[in-house]
Amino acid sequence: MIVTINGKASELDEPLTILALLESKEIAPRAVVVERNGDIVPGEQFDDVRLEDGDHLEVLRFVGGG
Amino acid sequence: MSKDILTIGGRTFSSRLFTGTGKYGDDSVIPDVCEASGSEVITVALRRVDLESTTGNVMDFIPKHMQLLPNTSGARTADEAVRIARLARAMGCGDWIKIEVISDNRYLLPDGYETVKATEILAKEGFVVLPYVNADLYVAKALVDAGAAAVMPLGAPIGTNRGLKTREMVRILIEEIDLPIVVDAGIGRPSEACEAMEMGADAVLVNTAIATAVDPVMMARAFGRAVSAGREAFLSGPGAKRVLASASSPLTGFLGGAEA
Repeated sequence: MIVTINGKASELDEPLTILALLESKEIAPRAVVVERNGDIVPGEQFDDVRLEDGDHLEVLRFVGGG
Repeated sequence: MSKDILTIGGRTFSSRLFTGTGKYGDDSVIPDVCEASGSEVITVALRRVDLESTTGNVMDFIPKHMQLLPNTSGARTADEAVRIARLARAMGCGDWIKIEVISDNRYLLPDGYETVKATEILAKEGFVVLPYVNADLYVAKALVDAGAAAVMPLGAPIGTNRGLKTREMVRILIEEIDLPIVVDAGIGRPSEACEAMEMGADAVLVNTAIATAVDPVMMARAFGRAVSAGREAFLSGPGAKRVLASASSPLTGFLGGAEA
């Protein structure tokens, strides 16, 4: 299945949860916010929401800014 | 002097210097900058995670007692600013948001119309909204009606270190707008921050001038002192300006003169 993450298409072998996806990329779940198909996914649901073919994800975090 | 407290969004602050986290050569200096400046409010931006390489997290360097002020940089419309604000709130670090809506890439000047629209939507959703705007009285009045918690007029374009170029317009906002006025952007030297505070600004936000100094910690301390000095000067009620000289020493009893 193909999932678009931060504007880039990625091929996933299995339907991962958001938490599993973050862990596979070594991203701390508490440090990010995730938007799936335009809707914010609350952090406590990262382990429940399973990605589907064609999903668009935005994974964001705080960075330095003024 | 009784304790001089700044209140925004129901939270009180004893420091009137807001700082940022952008442009540091090394983010590990940020805790020392915060301590030296005395600042209690600090800005961050929200950006996509680089999935290919994990880098340091700026949040690790922000003291926990500080009020986080995420900005909506990157937004070109009110809708984009609202989207970024909601995502920032979902990070779980509070509901403050600095609205920044910019579609001018050359001078990074804020779009007042879109900013007012975003402020209205977000204030209704319970955000503490601090909009970054031109020093324009009508935009500021519209922000008051829209539910802003403060108004943040620019001193000069972002990152220019050019100082308080908008001073006359900022002065009008201070006089006419019944919300905290936080001069944001362009302040390059402590003397300029001091001047804004002497004029009666409620606070200043300084990022570039501190972050790009050779010694950011020393510059942060200098800004903290300048802001305090300017605030005290404002509260002290400065004497009137005159055209002609007015002697500070008595004009009688000179040595060697004839007494009347």
